[in-house]
Amino acid sequence: MALRENPFGELKVPLAWTAGVALVVALVVALVLLFSDRRETFQNEAYGASRKMTDAIAAPVTGVLATPGRWIGDGIDGIRGYFFAVSENRRLKEELREMRQWQATALNLRDTNDRYKALLGLKTDPPIPMVAARTVSEARGPFSNTRLANSGSEKGIKPGNPVMSENGLVGRIIGVTEGASRILLLTDIASRTPVMIDRTNARAILAGDGGPNPRLEYLRGQDPVKQGDRIVTSGDGGVLPRGLPVGVAVKGLDGRWRAVLASDAAPVDFVQIMLFQDFSQLSAAAAAELNRMPVPPPASPPPTVGVTAAPAPNAAAGATPATGAALPRPSATPPAAAAAPAVRPSASAQPAAKTTPRTAPAAQRPAASGQRSSSTARQPAPKAAPPRPQASPTPAPAQQPPPLEVPY
Amino acid sequence: MAGARPLAPWRWIGVPLLQCLILTVLFSLPFRIFGLPLPEPIFPMVPAFAWAIIRPSMLAPFAVLLMGLFLDILWSAPMGLWAVSLLLVYGAALVGRSMMAGQAFPVMWVWYGGATALALGAAYLFSMVGAHATADPLAVGWQFLATVILFPFAHLLIDRFEDADVRFR
Repeated sequence: MALRENPFGELKVPLAWTAGVALVVALVVALVLLFSDRRETFQNEAYGASRKMTDAIAAPVTGVLATPGRWIGDGIDGIRGYFFAVSENRRLKEELREMRQWQATALNLRDTNDRYKALLGLKTDPPIPMVAARTVSEARGPFSNTRLANSGSEKGIKPGNPVMSENGLVGRIIGVTEGASRILLLTDIASRTPVMIDRTNARAILAGDGGPNPRLEYLRGQDPVKQGDRIVTSGDGGVLPRGLPVGVAVKGLDGRWRAVLASDAAPVDFVQIMLFQDFSQLSAAAAAELNRMPVPPPASPPPTVGVTAAPAPNAAAGATPATGAALPRPSATPPAAAAAPAVRPSASAQPAAKTTPRTAPAAQRPAASGQRSSSTARQPAPKAAPPRPQASPTPAPAQQPPPLEVPY
Repeated sequence: MAGARPLAPWRWIGVPLLQCLILTVLFSLPFRIFGLPLPEPIFPMVPAFAWAIIRPSMLAPFAVLLMGLFLDILWSAPMGLWAVSLLLVYGAALVGRSMMAGQAFPVMWVWYGGATALALGAAYLFSMVGAHATADPLAVGWQFLATVILFPFAHLLIDRFEDADVRFR
């Protein structure tokens, strides 16, 4: 039918009206999408298929697009390194001299700490496996602060995993797909992170507002924070592990306490995604570790701590004691060192982490601390030497059950 | 006789849309120049404003919707936040186009600034409702400045296509 024969052919609708109708339809669609969005819930289901698909496409594309810029940056760094090599060498030598002093102090403190842990039977968190990734895209606006990393579900990353840079906490994962994961930065307006002031243990919530310095909210107590106080994660709520460095407290221009983020000290090009879910994961890891622990030989009497054992009744007859633990031991002997070979798990007994653990493995620690430090690195001393309030010089019974609880 | 042909929608809607999306992706790369990150202007603001001034169209609102949804997904903003904000700008410019048409360059710049403020204000309110928190006004101000300086591109678009279709002369 020709247009002229159409009864509506003569009907003329103003163009502005049709545009208006199209605008209303598009606006309704957008409003429905906006009010049905559940981004703030940070659940995996709320991170829709469209976002996952776009992330999966955007990660390799932006990764390729960012390559020339990365090359240019590396080239500039190379040129700068060439021209400033002498001054940098002097600075690094000075820094190394200072660090050597700190190294000795740190090793001493670590050994002391290990002994205290062994004496108290403290449970410490196991190392959390981490996945390295490169950020290939970022949103820096006031209403969304996110980054796209080029590692995804194929490496075991899940929503909620904390993300660290070399300097401190960056944020957490809110969406994962194959080959890409979306990081919600601490500065995002929807980000809420439980933190504490390191000096006073005062709790607060770090609330992002789209600016570079998120706010410290819900601070309690009198003078809980001072300028320059270090802020770390509190671990409250089980969302994040405790003690991750976040930043430093500063007073903002608006009179509110804010945080200068530690991760802002350098560009966040590479990140480490901690495969941490919640504290139930830690208890599961502890149980797995417990199952792997070799059971100490039952005939061996438990070592005593700081107590000189009395000789066995037949010692006077010249009989040789069966184990070294029954030998008279000077009280200055470190208990952890004496007990270490008995129950400490071997290196092969450690969980085979497919990713990099947060703490350095024992083999990478400096050898300056001697045998004891290398054997106790990353593994607190076991509970084989618990404190014995009623220690007596009488010999321990020959049959002792294996320790019920092993620090992990 | 290129001027006598009807103006195909892909020329004044499709090409600017693609340009905006590409620029948005490029500016989302994590580059730093002298230690400073790139600004984050709202590139789709340019066509959203210019399309309404050039002429009313049925396709333009859906193109604006598409750009807004792309921004939401790329920046991981709440889905629909930028779509609504940009459509509000388009609607406001469509309503006021009879007032704005033919104005001088600086006056149009002021109108464009007002449209940008409208979009950012809407995004501010919607994000405040959604996240139960207010965005940093300073960060909003920076994004406003980074977007407002894009007006010459909107002027270029208007200048090129306002009188390009013989059917509307």
